Amino acid sequence: MKYTEEHEWLRVEGDVVVVGITDHAAEQLGDVVFVELPEVEAMVAKGDEVCVIESVKAASDILAPVDGEIVEVNEALSDTPGLVNEDPQGDAWFFKMKIDDLSVLDDFMTEDEYKEFLG
Amino acid sequence: MTDDSLNRTPLHALHLELGAKLVPFAGYTMPVQYPMGVLKEHLHTRARAGLFDVSHMGQVILRPLGDREALDAGLERLMPVAVVGLAEGRQRYGLLTNDAGGVLDDLMFANRGDHILMVVNAARKFEDIAHLRAHLADVAEVVPVTDRALLALQGPAAEAALARLVPDVAAMRFMDVISVTAVFGELWISRSGYTGEDGFEISVPDPQAEGFSRALLAMDTVAPIGLGARDSLRLEAGLCLYGHDIDEGTSPVTAGLTWAIQKVRRSGGARAGGFPGAARILEELETGPLTHRVGLRPEGRAPMREGIVLWDAPEGGSAIGKVTSGGFGPSVEAPIAMGYVPAASAQTGTRLWGELRGKRLPVTVCALPFHPTNYKR
Repeated sequence: MKYTEEHEWLRVEGDVVVVGITDHAAEQLGDVVFVELPEVEAMVAKGDEVCVIESVKAASDILAPVDGEIVEVNEALSDTPGLVNEDPQGDAWFFKMKIDDLSVLDDFMTEDEYKEFLG
Repeated sequence: MTDDSLNRTPLHALHLELGAKLVPFAGYTMPVQYPMGVLKEHLHTRARAGLFDVSHMGQVILRPLGDREALDAGLERLMPVAVVGLAEGRQRYGLLTNDAGGVLDDLMFANRGDHILMVVNAARKFEDIAHLRAHLADVAEVVPVTDRALLALQGPAAEAALARLVPDVAAMRFMDVISVTAVFGELWISRSGYTGEDGFEISVPDPQAEGFSRALLAMDTVAPIGLGARDSLRLEAGLCLYGHDIDEGTSPVTAGLTWAIQKVRRSGGARAGGFPGAARILEELETGPLTHRVGLRPEGRAPMREGIVLWDAPEGGSAIGKVTSGGFGPSVEAPIAMGYVPAASAQTGTRLWGELRGKRLPVTVCALPFHPTNYKR
């Protein structure tokens, strides 16, 4: 598992990358009440706002961590946004991306590095 | 996460011990939520009882210099509300207005025999005190209460919980006020609140505030609740938040607070007018205001928060209003909002469109409150 400075986690499954938000991010957001997911087959560029998360407190975005194509989204989050608080690093993944070169993931933080980043 | 420039309430240490997330609010560091989280805190308050620290609010005593009648009459010159005739031991909702008919603050005031006790909004208390001193100098001494915490205990289990410490509260009705000297010093208690639930607000001397809170929290029905749930509870109850739903530009009539203006202060009443902004407020009462505060139900699940622009058509059309409070209603299990729209669009059932992230999404005008209130009349 790799981690971004935007508190996303990235997990490689075959040739796709699964993206979600970290336990820390879910905790900071508070109770999530709405999730807007991207369109499947959308081509996105690193830094694009691809999801909207609304918690009881505020709205935030999930950014595309790398360039690629959205190949699957977690529809369960539309009906059960609270899953993001229950299991952020498991069942509550947001989307899967197909990317050209998996080696770009090497630039992201390891779990230990992310823990250090959180301080 | 502590900021020395912020005031702390007498319960600060207890908040830290309980694991509260603290945020700056109106010059104080206040708990926005506890580990339970906003959603569960909200639902706990509706089902059982929630304890809120609202010590940041202003408690102000108005003590008559001469006779009490002069104070009551003086206060009626600042509010479109009947002060004369409020029985001893009763509390009423009040509004300080300006010359343009806008709202300087909304507040509670209680007749406590030889004086009036006001509870005003935290963010307005210094302005209110200056305003009251400037206009009541001949009739009253305006004394800010600076040595007392203010707690709210809200929810269907509030009476049973508080009655274990103060048996007298069981006999109180909505908007009654009493003073009781108990283990925790002299308590000033009103049966009121800001959640739509039955409950109490309790003014307790600073040194006893923590012990009193601990005694309540030791009961299994009572949980500590932060300002996050306080906001979603009041929104579901259709209650205004000063600085958001009402301010110096909104009149009490546009805000739908006409119930707070008794007949005796309206045209034809024995003490009609004579308060700041009377011309506008009395005219709006006669002919209806140009804009109205309304409830709004967004379709779908996306919350529409403060500032969202309301349109009268899905495309083209005109921007006709704005959301002033909005979020997710945990008891309603849906997004809810309040805002201002022109009279012609204020009927229940009117379909409007709120512009969210560049898209216009449908909302329906609905009656307030979103969640039925549960006061002990």
